[in-house]
Amino acid sequence: MIISRLAGRPVLLAAGLVAAFVLPWSIYPPVAMDIACWALFAAAVDLLLGFTGLLSFGHAAFWGSAAYVSGLIALHTGLPFPVAVLGGALFAATLAAPIGYLSVRLRGIYFAMVTLAFAQMVYFIANQWRDLTGGENGLQGIPRELFGIDLSDPFFFYYAGLPFVLAGFLLAWRIVRSPFGRVLVSIRDNPARARALGYPVDRYKLLAFVLSAFLSGIAGGLFAISHGFASLQEVYWTTSGQAVIMVVLGGIGTLWGSAIGAALIVLLNDYLATAGFEEIGIVTGAIFIIVVLLFRVGIWGTARNLIAAHTRRREAATSPDPGAQPQQEDINTPAPQR
Amino acid sequence: MLQQAFNGLVGGAFYALLALGLAVIFGMLNVVNFAHGACYMLGAFGAFVLLDSFGVNFWVALGLVPVVLGLAGVVVERLFIRRLTPLDPLYNFLFTFGLALILQDLVKRQYGVQSQPYPRPSQLTGSINLGLFEYPAYQVFVLVTSLVLCGGVWLVLTRTRVGMIVRAATERPELTRALGIDVARWVTPVFGFGIALAGFAGVLAAPMRAVNPLMGADLIITVFAVVVIGGLGSVFGSVTAGFLIGLVSALGNYYAPALSQTLVFILMAVVLLWRPAGLFGRPEEVL
Repeated sequence: MIISRLAGRPVLLAAGLVAAFVLPWSIYPPVAMDIACWALFAAAVDLLLGFTGLLSFGHAAFWGSAAYVSGLIALHTGLPFPVAVLGGALFAATLAAPIGYLSVRLRGIYFAMVTLAFAQMVYFIANQWRDLTGGENGLQGIPRELFGIDLSDPFFFYYAGLPFVLAGFLLAWRIVRSPFGRVLVSIRDNPARARALGYPVDRYKLLAFVLSAFLSGIAGGLFAISHGFASLQEVYWTTSGQAVIMVVLGGIGTLWGSAIGAALIVLLNDYLATAGFEEIGIVTGAIFIIVVLLFRVGIWGTARNLIAAHTRRREAATSPDPGAQPQQEDINTPAPQR
Repeated sequence: MLQQAFNGLVGGAFYALLALGLAVIFGMLNVVNFAHGACYMLGAFGAFVLLDSFGVNFWVALGLVPVVLGLAGVVVERLFIRRLTPLDPLYNFLFTFGLALILQDLVKRQYGVQSQPYPRPSQLTGSINLGLFEYPAYQVFVLVTSLVLCGGVWLVLTRTRVGMIVRAATERPELTRALGIDVARWVTPVFGFGIALAGFAGVLAAPMRAVNPLMGADLIITVFAVVVIGGLGSVFGSVTAGFLIGLVSALGNYYAPALSQTLVFILMAVVLLWRPAGLFGRPEEVL
C-alpha cells in the first residue's frame, strides 16, 4: 500500500510534466498558455481554500492588478518579460498585505464577502484611472521579448512562460508540504486549537494570503503578456469566480486538481466561444451547481476516493489485519471549516 | 446639497431593501445569497416583460413580480438550498453564485446587454415641490415606499409573535429550537420573503435605472459591503447602513466624483479596522 503510493507519485508527476510539455502540440498554443496561467491561478486560490480554509472571492484583484502592472512594465520600460511578470507578482503581494490584514480576521463567509468587496474596489479604481489602465479599452500592445529574442510566436512563448508556472506550482507544493503548510491545515481544521497551541493564527493566514496573491500575480502577469493585453475583465468579479469554479471542479485541497479544473474550464470556454455561444455563464454555472450539489470532492477527489476504495478492497482480500486499514488522512479532504 | 442628500437616500433605499432581504435570509438560513442581485435584476426584467409583452402596468407588476419571484425562491430553497444548509455555509454561497451566473446569462442571451426602456407610471411623472426644491415624484415614491416597507418589516419583527420567532431563530437558533419552537417551518417562508423583497426592489428600479442583465451583479457586491458595514447578523444594522451608504456615496459623488464608486469600500475598510463585526454586529458571530 505504502509502496504503491510512493511509486504512484513520481508516475503521476512525470505524467503531469509530460502533459505540460506536449500541450501546445495537441491544442492551439495560446489556449495551452491560458490553461497554464489559469492552472497556477486556481492552485493559488486552492492554497487558501483547500489548505487554509479561506474562500477568497476576490483574487481577481491580484491576478488583474499584476496583469496591469506587468503590462505597464513591459510597455513602458522594455524590460524582459520575466522582470515584468515578477514586478506584477510583487505588486499583487504588496496589495494583498493590507487587504489580507483587514480580511483574515473574519470568519468563513464574511471573509469571502469582504475579499469580494475589496476586489470590486480594485475594479472601480482600474476603471476610473483611465490614463494608466486605458479604462474600457484596456492596456494594448504589450510587447513580449526576452533579450532581443522575439517571442511573439505563441508556441515559443508557451515554453518561455512554462518555467514560471512550474516554479509557481513547485512553490505551492513546497508551501503545502512544509511545517508552515501543516500549521495552515491545522488552522483550517481547528483554528481555536491552533491558537491554543500558541500559533498566531491571523499572522499565518495573512502570510498564506500574501503568498497566494503572489502566485496569482505570476499567473496574471503571464496571462497579460501572453495576450499582449490587459483588460478590466481581469479585475472583474467573474474572474475571481472562475478561479473558484476551477478549484471546486478539480477538487478542493488537491492542488493538482486545480490544474485539471482549469484545463477543463478553459477548453470549455474556448469551445463555446468558437461555437459562437457567448453566454458561457449558463454552462459553467450549471456545471458548478452540479459539482457543488453532487460531487463536492471534485474530479481529483473522486478519482482518489475510487483508487482508495479499490486498494482497500484488495488489502482486505490479501490481509485481514485491521492494522492495514489505509489512513483516512487526505483521501477525502474535509470541507473548509468556518 | 440638500438635493444631493435626497438623491443619496433614494439610492440608499435600494441598498436597504436588498440588504434587508440578505440579512433575514442570512439570519434564518445562514446563507449568503449571491443570487440576490440576480433576483433584483429579474424583478426589473419581470416588470419590463409584463409591460412589453402583455401590457401589464407598473402597479400590477409591483404586486405580481415579487410574489412570483418569492414562490420561485421557495422552490429553489426546497429543492437545493435545503440540501446544502447542514454543510459549511460556503457551499450555499457557491451554489447561489452558480445560480447567479446562470440567471444573468440566460437574461443576457434573451435580451442582450443593452438597457431596456421602462417608462415611469403616469401617476408619478411630474415633480413634487418639497419646499426647498422640486423633486421628481417617482423618486419620492421610491423613498417613501422603501421606508414604509423597512419600517413595516421592523414592526413585524419586533411586535408580532412571528417576528419574535424569526428574531430568536436568527440570533440563537439552537436555543430557540430547544425551547420547543419549530424553526424549520419558518425557514422557507423567510427565504421566499427575502427573494420577494429583492424582486420588489427590482420593479421599483425599473423606471429609474437602466434595465439590463448586469444591473444586479454590480449592485450586490456593493450591498455586501453595506451589509459588512452594518453588521451581517443585524437586520437593523443592514437597513441603517443601506441608507447611510446611499447618503455618503451621493455626497461623495458631489464633492469628490473620482472617489464616488470606491468610497463605500474605503468606508468598509475603516469599519473593519475599527469594528470588525460591523457597526451593529455582534463580534462573537463574525470573528
